[in-house]
Amino acid sequence: MSTVDQVPLIQCRGITKVYPLSGVEVHALRGVDLNIAQGEMVAIMGASGSGKSTLMNILGCMDRQTGGSYLLEGIDVSTLDDSQLATLRNRKLGFVFQRYNLLARSTALHNVELPLFYAGFSPAEAKKEALLALEQVGLRDLAGHRPNQMSGGQQQRVAIARAVVNHPLVLLADEPTGALDTVSSVEIMQLFQRMHNERGVTVIIVTHEPNIADFCPRKVVMRDGVVVSDDNPSGSHRTMEEA
Amino acid sequence: MTIRPTVLAGFAIQALQANKMRSFLTMLGVIIGVGAVIVMMAIGQGTQNQVLSRINQLGANRLTVMAGAQGGPPGRTTSAGNPLTLSDVEDISQLSFVKAVAPTVRGSVVATQGNHTWNTGITGTTPEMADISSLVLQSGRFFNQADLKAASPVAVLGQTAYENLFSYGVDPVGSQIRLQGISFRVIGLLRPVGATAGSDQDDVIYIPVTTAQIRLLGTSNQLVNAITVEVQDQAYMDRVQADITSLLRKKHRLTEAQEDDFRIMNNAQIQEQVESVTGTLTLFLAAVAGISLVVGGIGIMNIMLVSVTERTREIGVRMAIGASKRDILAQFLLEAVLMSLGGSLIGILLGMVATEVFAMVTTWPVAISLSSVLLAVGTASIIGIFFGFYPARHAANLNPAQALSYE
Ligand SMILES: Nc1ncnc2c1ncn2[C@@H]1O[C@H](COP(=O)(O)OP(=O)(O)O)[C@@H](O)[C@H]1O
Ligand SMILES: [Mg+2]
Repeated sequence: MSTVDQVPLIQCRGITKVYPLSGVEVHALRGVDLNIAQGEMVAIMGASGSGKSTLMNILGCMDRQTGGSYLLEGIDVSTLDDSQLATLRNRKLGFVFQRYNLLARSTALHNVELPLFYAGFSPAEAKKEALLALEQVGLRDLAGHRPNQMSGGQQQRVAIARAVVNHPLVLLADEPTGALDTVSSVEIMQLFQRMHNERGVTVIIVTHEPNIADFCPRKVVMRDGVVVSDDNPSGSHRTMEEA
Repeated sequence: MTIRPTVLAGFAIQALQANKMRSFLTMLGVIIGVGAVIVMMAIGQGTQNQVLSRINQLGANRLTVMAGAQGGPPGRTTSAGNPLTLSDVEDISQLSFVKAVAPTVRGSVVATQGNHTWNTGITGTTPEMADISSLVLQSGRFFNQADLKAASPVAVLGQTAYENLFSYGVDPVGSQIRLQGISFRVIGLLRPVGATAGSDQDDVIYIPVTTAQIRLLGTSNQLVNAITVEVQDQAYMDRVQADITSLLRKKHRLTEAQEDDFRIMNNAQIQEQVESVTGTLTLFLAAVAGISLVVGGIGIMNIMLVSVTERTREIGVRMAIGASKRDILAQFLLEAVLMSLGGSLIGILLGMVATEVFAMVTTWPVAISLSSVLLAVGTASIIGIFFGFYPARHAANLNPAQALSYE
């Protein structure tokens, strides 16, 4: 099955990112070309400082590139204003962080409800959807718990529920297992696989651990701000069975 | 579809509740500021109301003529100063638009009754004064023309004089009191009027002017301290004042170059002056109190800036999951406005309580006006928006990626 003709979900052409750091410019990305098709599950690997997080921030519409173009669903993201980007992050993108980034004073339920609130849901609708998402990550019973009453693995599952509750097209995770022990890491990666299979969501995971990357059919390796190796540079879709 | 306002308000309330002590201390500045505005304006307004109502009670259509020149500039010749006499009273009463005229002779006396002694002022006048000054009797009667003709030793007591000369609850009418050792019969007791800005209007004893001149003060039986004139209508005040001026100048044989050797107080003018002075006083008090409100606002801004810095990661998270700049701005602005509005509501209650307590302790007149409450609430919300805007905009302008990487 080949879908080379189809427009890839994510198209990056010569993306550069320069951080002006106290006079000295840091070239974090030096021309990244990357295509990712709808429904792929991709690992982005590379040494620390190679530009993985910078690329994820741009793909997640949390930062703007300095040069090059980034098309999401064929739309040039650089033409969108801040509020359109916020809507994009809310409806089409889900973000999972290394340090979970849950609101510390809020319950698991409230954390998962947040993206729904920003989408205009009423409290009753939001609660219903959030409980479903918590159920999917196996934490419905902990809905009333605060982050400090949960293990790291549980917190990350809440974060995943929060990332998928709005049914995004793309799930982006920057070193999601970086703060977890091996057992929890495997559980989290299995959860990503389930989300990918059950919801058909495109998953992009940054990691520098090969055994974590092995959960992903496609691996992209970065070094010094460029992609140095890619299993599937065309971004054509391959199913799990083919991989 | 964007976030619902009620949900956003919930976020703001949650954030304030998460730091209850800090939110309260921040609100304290506004509480004190609003409370001070309420109390100060109540005092200013109360004073103005009371002074004006007292002037109204005295009659806005009243003129008072007093002997003695206006303090003129040095070098100008002033006459030796002709006194006012009972003949002036008679002449003024003949002028058109004059309704009633009464003379006043004043002196201080030692009054005794039984073993009570009281230093007070006596006012010698004619029966017309009761009407002109709207004196209301609590018991007994005011002296009449017969008392005046006979220079009868009769006295009408004000409340304060009465309270200091008689035991509580005793009806003084019919009793004898001594003024400077001379025996007087009490024929009436006046209703209390209260104090006007510190001076007790009830500490007085009225006696017939003839009695005062002949029996008590031993002054010439013609001289008076002041003449009170009631004009038929407030519209004729200036006209009558001008007529009295030319009458007295002619009688006193003053030349063009000479100043008046008498003064005329016009209650309508006094009322205007009092209104403008107490109005200014009220504004000044409100402004002083308003400064503390501004200080309270700066306190809110300070805490909001700290809060934005502390919650940078939270802001990053909210943006990552879809909060727009507008959502972030609205939430932080709402937090600031809620604090200033909450503070102003508590401040209003506290200010009202403090005003009542102040009025009870000092017996100073107070009046809480709706306008002062609205002013306080309005100022507080403007302050909340004004001082909350900068920190809120600061939060909204954060770049999500940078906010998330903030340590
Ligand atoms: N906000 C920033 N300001 C300045 N330099 C930055 C910033 N973020 C990242 N960098 C620099 O950009 C390069 C790439 O960083 P990053 O994308 O975080 O790499 P990785 O995630 O692969 O470790 C590094 O040299 C890093 O120091
Ligand atoms: Mg990184």
